[in-house]
Amino acid sequence: MASIPSPIHPENLKAVNKIAELSGQNVHECMQCGTCSAVCPMVESMGFTTRMGIHYLQFGEIEPVIKAQIGEYCASCHTCVVRCPRGIDVPKVFEAVRQLVLRTNTDLIKPQEIPKDTMAEAPQIAFVSTFRKLTS
Amino acid sequence: MKLGYYPGCTLKTKAANLEKAAMASLDHLGVEYKELSRWNCCGAVFSLTDDDLIHQVAPVRNLIRAAQEDCDTIVTICSQCYNTLARANKLVRDDEEKRDTLNRFMDEEPDYAGEVEVVHYLSLLRDQVGWEKLREAVTNPLDGLKVAPFYGCTLVRPEEVAIDGVDQEILEGFIAALGAEPATFSAARECCGSYQMIAHPEEGMNRAAKVIGAANRSEADALILSCPMCEYNLGTRQGDVVAAHDGLSRVPTYYFTQLLGVALGLDSELCRLDLNGPAAQELLVDKKFIAAATV
Repeated sequence: MASIPSPIHPENLKAVNKIAELSGQNVHECMQCGTCSAVCPMVESMGFTTRMGIHYLQFGEIEPVIKAQIGEYCASCHTCVVRCPRGIDVPKVFEAVRQLVLRTNTDLIKPQEIPKDTMAEAPQIAFVSTFRKLTS
Repeated sequence: MKLGYYPGCTLKTKAANLEKAAMASLDHLGVEYKELSRWNCCGAVFSLTDDDLIHQVAPVRNLIRAAQEDCDTIVTICSQCYNTLARANKLVRDDEEKRDTLNRFMDEEPDYAGEVEVVHYLSLLRDQVGWEKLREAVTNPLDGLKVAPFYGCTLVRPEEVAIDGVDQEILEGFIAALGAEPATFSAARECCGSYQMIAHPEEGMNRAAKVIGAANRSEADALILSCPMCEYNLGTRQGDVVAAHDGLSRVPTYYFTQLLGVALGLDSELCRLDLNGPAAQELLVDKKFIAAATV
């Protein structure tokens, strides 16, 4: 029987495996129902939906997901985790994408640009969270 | 049970209004606890990357501190601290390989294998004090106050550390025990905008606006919170959020521990209502729960 060629470009296989390694999640379990996007509180700010993000990752296409800033806007509220019918920990997937960016020594925010009144008013956990999630 | 109290950074600085009434209430209710003599930042967010063990060191060190002080349970009040510590504890318990790596990395510390239990203050009230006993201890019932309960994310997700199941409604039980009325609040378990208020303020404000809009629709007199991050987004920044979005109106916000202190009849200065802004104080004065002179 003739084998079905993999839809993933060989060069992209490495990226697929890296996401799986960092997140512990198998994006190929996603059946593209879009529930994660329907419940996502930040989806309007992303370049495209979380469902599309997972779809790109299924083909090892990480760059478009980085450009869509899904990992940046995901605040790990875990609503999608509760709702995903396939049991995928979606925030872990996009955290992996964000980590791949941060690990190139790239900061996603500039702490020095945070306004002074925000520095004075915001709670410590806000800064720790921001710097943990968005700086290298 | 030997109970330790882990305060976390924000409660000792900007969220004194979350801590003071909480600890005074525990004393009042006869719950014995010991504040940890040594602790560090919990890390605020749980690391979601499988190979990122270094960020588990901070929360696990706190659990080691608790074990060293002979505590079998630690209570936290800040939702983010609770989530981070409880998830790190679960990781240590469930993943032998990571536990071993962490223990070897912290070789100056005693080994830790998840011996300490991490509980949130609300769970402690429900499970150790009980709503019935709390109701009996209330001397200043919050009659006629309709309160929207805001859980946010980190108290209820992920499920493995949720303080509450879908059908249990711990904050609603708490509100009812204080003599107030829990509002039906559609945004109770939604994201407040979290640290996006710092990183992407416009998007953070839009998110907070949806929560405040839902609170308005619930016709609640007040919104209660258990997290300094939520308080910043929904309380401190509420004026900006309401000004930037049509159709919203202001709603006073409190930490749940402040209403607990007021209902137990504690000195209202302990509740640090001065940190919540004038509207929060005025509402309680109008409802005659606190005397105007103490404001």
